[in-house]
Amino acid sequence: MEAQATYNYKVVRQFSIMTVVWGIVGMLVGVIIAAQLVWPDLTFGIPYLSYGRLRPLHTNAVIFAFGGSALFATSYYVVQRTCHTRLFGDGLAAFTFWGWQVVILLAAITLPLGFTSAKEYAELEWPIDILITLVWVTYAVVFFGTIMKRKTPHIYVANWFFGAFILTVALLHVVNSAALPVNLFKSYSAYAGVQDAMVQWWYGHNAVGFFLTAGFLGMMYYFVPKQAGRPVYSYRLSVVHFWALIFTYMWAGPHHLHYTALPDWTQSIGMLFSLILLAPSWGGMINGIMTLSGAWHKLRTDPILKFLVTSLSFYGMSTFEGPMMAIKSVNALSHYTDWTVGHVHSGALGWVAMVSIGCIYYLIPRLFGREQMYSIKLITAHFWIATIGVVLYIAAMWIAGVAEGLMWRAVNPDGTLTYSFAEAVKMTYPFLTIRLLGGLMFLSGMLIMAYNVFKTVVGAKAVNDAAIPAVAGAHA
Amino acid sequence: MDINDLRSIVTVVSFITFIGIVIWAFSGGRKSAFDEAARLPMEDDEYERVNVNSVPRAAEH
Repeated sequence: MEAQATYNYKVVRQFSIMTVVWGIVGMLVGVIIAAQLVWPDLTFGIPYLSYGRLRPLHTNAVIFAFGGSALFATSYYVVQRTCHTRLFGDGLAAFTFWGWQVVILLAAITLPLGFTSAKEYAELEWPIDILITLVWVTYAVVFFGTIMKRKTPHIYVANWFFGAFILTVALLHVVNSAALPVNLFKSYSAYAGVQDAMVQWWYGHNAVGFFLTAGFLGMMYYFVPKQAGRPVYSYRLSVVHFWALIFTYMWAGPHHLHYTALPDWTQSIGMLFSLILLAPSWGGMINGIMTLSGAWHKLRTDPILKFLVTSLSFYGMSTFEGPMMAIKSVNALSHYTDWTVGHVHSGALGWVAMVSIGCIYYLIPRLFGREQMYSIKLITAHFWIATIGVVLYIAAMWIAGVAEGLMWRAVNPDGTLTYSFAEAVKMTYPFLTIRLLGGLMFLSGMLIMAYNVFKTVVGAKAVNDAAIPAVAGAHA
Repeated sequence: MDINDLRSIVTVVSFITFIGIVIWAFSGGRKSAFDEAARLPMEDDEYERVNVNSVPRAAEH
């Protein structure tokens, strides 16, 4: 039973390193398209580098390559260590790593070439969709296989979140990607008209809810208690807010389709469930932050904890903002403006990226047999540059977005529009420049991280298989 | 019974299930089990630097 006595760290290490790599790539593309909005001729009119092709590349790279790798790495680490057993199926786990990397590379090739199904966050064409399905089913087998052979009586709450994330994303991907292929590079959605829009945003918002929230809450429930050195504030609250999220998130999608051809009652349901979502979201945030009670002093010296706690603050902020924006009358102002872009990035940079970065800083030394990262000071520098970057980004987008909304709806006494569209575009110019600066700062933080990771890893002995420590204090 | 009755029933059943979960989670009997589960991440030892089968490896980058 030699193989049973160790944890599989190899696959965790591979995904952890790729999280840093894809983070830099995805955010670099983000910075390029932000710069294109300031200097439209930046890429000399080369079609492969046009905004419309790079934008889905950016979203796919940061969500699925960066976020996805972080999720694979942390879920594989957490499920092993809280089940006290080795990952089920070494070969299957390796397949998920290499399969996922191939998906990312195919995305990086096909999207600039213009192959797209034109579904937001699901642009990849059908052959890649099939590969994603294969990788994802394998992921589910590895994850739930590990849960099934656990040595512990309980399934720790982080694994519930990871499990819900894996199952739901499988369902979302298969339903939303249903399409009729006409050739290798082109397919048409199985749905038409408003049904297509509803399926798309049922997928789209649950991608936010399960890919970008449930999975990262799983990270939070393991790494915040570990880094704070105390168990989660309330396990009861974690159970209740888990099920509250599960029962409500599925219904929130229609808030992306307010004032469209979608039936009014569907829009109202979407709004109502989005408002209800505030409760479970804040349940999770409070649970994470309160885990630090009695250990607040650690926040002063520990930059990893700074990342984790700040991410929770952004989570709280954006899950307050989201329900507010889902109210139809607020949405009438905010929809289609840069406010939405600001909201997304307060969640994506402030919450998702920051919690991932904190977790990767926690993991890297352990995966390479080091006591800690090469430089704690550089983690602190990364923390501050990233935080200031996010704040610049979202503040600029709030101002631009609200101003756009107000200018678009302004009418003269005779009913004609007060401003032409170009006037609103011109107004956003300084704010788009500040946004570019914010994004650039966040990317710089990732480069500092890459250097720190490199210096930690170089010359270190990579841990492929870590011994499973004896449980409950009986450590040999 | 048309499909909308079924939809209403599912909604009500889901709501009752959720209330049931809340009552279950807050019942006194679960306390010790939850405490035990909450300690799971704390039980695995810090800094397990015991390398089994690991090979010395040059820097990749």
